[in-house]
Amino acid sequence: MQYWIIQTLNSLALGGLLFLLAAGFSLIFGLMRIANLTHGSLYMLGAYIGISVLKYVPNLWLAALIGGLVMAVLGGLVERLILRPLSGNALGQVLVTLGISFIVADLCLMVWGGDPIPIPTPPALQQPIFVGGVAFPTYRLVVVVIAVVTALALYLLMDRTRIGAMIRAGVDDMQMARAVGIPVSWLFTAVFCLGAGLAGAGGIIGGPIMSAYPGLDADMLPLALIVVMLGGVGSLLGAFVGSFLIGAIYTFGTALLPDLAYVILFLPMIVVIAFRPTGLFGRQSV
Amino acid sequence: MKKAGWVVLAAALAVFPLVGGEYYINLTSQIFIAAIFAASLNLLVGYGGLPSLGHASWLGLAAYLSAWMSLKLGLGHWATAPMALLGTTLVACAFGWISLRATGLGFLMLTLALSQVLWGTAYRWVSVTDGDNGLRGLTRPAPFGINLDDAGSFYYFALAITALAIWLMAVFVSSPFGAALRGTRDQARRMSALGHDVWLIRWITFVYSAFWGAVSGLLFVYYNKYIHPASFSITASAEGLLAVIAGGSATLAGPIVGAAIVMILKNYVSAYIERWNMLLGFVFVFIVIFVPEGVVPGLRRLFGQAMRAWRRPR
Repeated sequence: MQYWIIQTLNSLALGGLLFLLAAGFSLIFGLMRIANLTHGSLYMLGAYIGISVLKYVPNLWLAALIGGLVMAVLGGLVERLILRPLSGNALGQVLVTLGISFIVADLCLMVWGGDPIPIPTPPALQQPIFVGGVAFPTYRLVVVVIAVVTALALYLLMDRTRIGAMIRAGVDDMQMARAVGIPVSWLFTAVFCLGAGLAGAGGIIGGPIMSAYPGLDADMLPLALIVVMLGGVGSLLGAFVGSFLIGAIYTFGTALLPDLAYVILFLPMIVVIAFRPTGLFGRQSV
Repeated sequence: MKKAGWVVLAAALAVFPLVGGEYYINLTSQIFIAAIFAASLNLLVGYGGLPSLGHASWLGLAAYLSAWMSLKLGLGHWATAPMALLGTTLVACAFGWISLRATGLGFLMLTLALSQVLWGTAYRWVSVTDGDNGLRGLTRPAPFGINLDDAGSFYYFALAITALAIWLMAVFVSSPFGAALRGTRDQARRMSALGHDVWLIRWITFVYSAFWGAVSGLLFVYYNKYIHPASFSITASAEGLLAVIAGGSATLAGPIVGAAIVMILKNYVSAYIERWNMLLGFVFVFIVIFVPEGVVPGLRRLFGQAMRAWRRPR
């Protein structure tokens, strides 16, 4: 019983982390039609930068904030300086993000070395919570709460603010949005910064669970891709549902059938793509 | 002119092992393998307008199937080679059906995601694939009793297969079907209105391309006598894509030139510095930004400009 409860919590925590990663990817893809293959690298770089920040500031949340901000600035620079001149050339943009992801991966290997670096759980959250004799790891609960709060904040941003309305307009009909005077150009940069920042902060917040290691980017990017294709491009709700679904399938798949966890992981995506190419909640097909 | 160029190239390649050292013979064999891989990817990327980031699936799958059947089932090469090609092609039929639910970036992400399934499985299904250790202790085949263990004879073997592969891909591209394929790339809706089954054309191309990817995988595993999950990685797919784009997509010679550039870079640079991935990344960014049409068409453009400048009266 304890085992299954822990596994459930693990799957929820992974789902929460995936949401932080996939929400940005989904918005960027939905709005700008850029398949940002650096997203996994931003997550990994965020985790590594968090490790360096933690050496000076022993507070995980501050490190997450700083890491997220650094990634947001970096993402904005990449968007403005490299992706913008290539606008209209979708394949070129993907290839450039792929190239950057290789460079970032090798830079991380150079700077932080090849051994996995653990990120310590904040001391206040190290003790498990006991409910009815069952121990719940507190940190994982906190990660789930963070993801849900982030999802709510993003929902309010998208659904209740002017900027959100502009982004939705851009996702639904870019040309019309431009025609009615929405500053799409700045919206692009803002969304890119937001997505990159969420990914970077996610890397650090996920640190105590996953630690930071070379190849973290290649592990996380495909998961984010599946989440987005499963949930639907540009849909926040889709990213949310997809993240927790994939988190659950991955965790239980690894527990029950470790050899073939990767195959099981992709089955729901294949079923959805086969019968509903727009994804569960998407309005445009991938 | 063009035909003469190919003849000269063929003649040069045929006499090369008589003059080149063993290191260069082996390097050229590796270029042949990379050339088949890149040329097969070019059918999709260049002629079909379908950017795949999962082409390493086919190289890796054929190599793993062949290695697994000879190691664990004890079958000879005469049996493993056709079965590996058949198995890979069947998987390609399924993957193509899924990936071609989308086009453009969606297709790219689906091929990437699907190839990651194989990558993850190769790492984790340790009882079958030996995981991170890879499958080792393999042998090269001996077609018609010819031993391929020395560099020279493997070179000729790879050269023969490569020539056949390139020729059959050229036939495919220049056939009416190839013209229809280019039509679906440029004007998919018009092709559809003209009564062509756009989806089927793309799917057939996907499977055909995967088949030649599988052939390069067989050569790859024969050459290395070893296969590791890294052959399925995004890096491996990206190297192929880089070869296509660097050389010039939708040209016959482009991917071959691109494959040579990538392999030579990889071999030389890896000898001096460890940072192959970083270099690969920088080359990607450089090519996309500065020579987006590829080296072969790019040089042709520069050559044309130079000729015009030369002829222009002062």
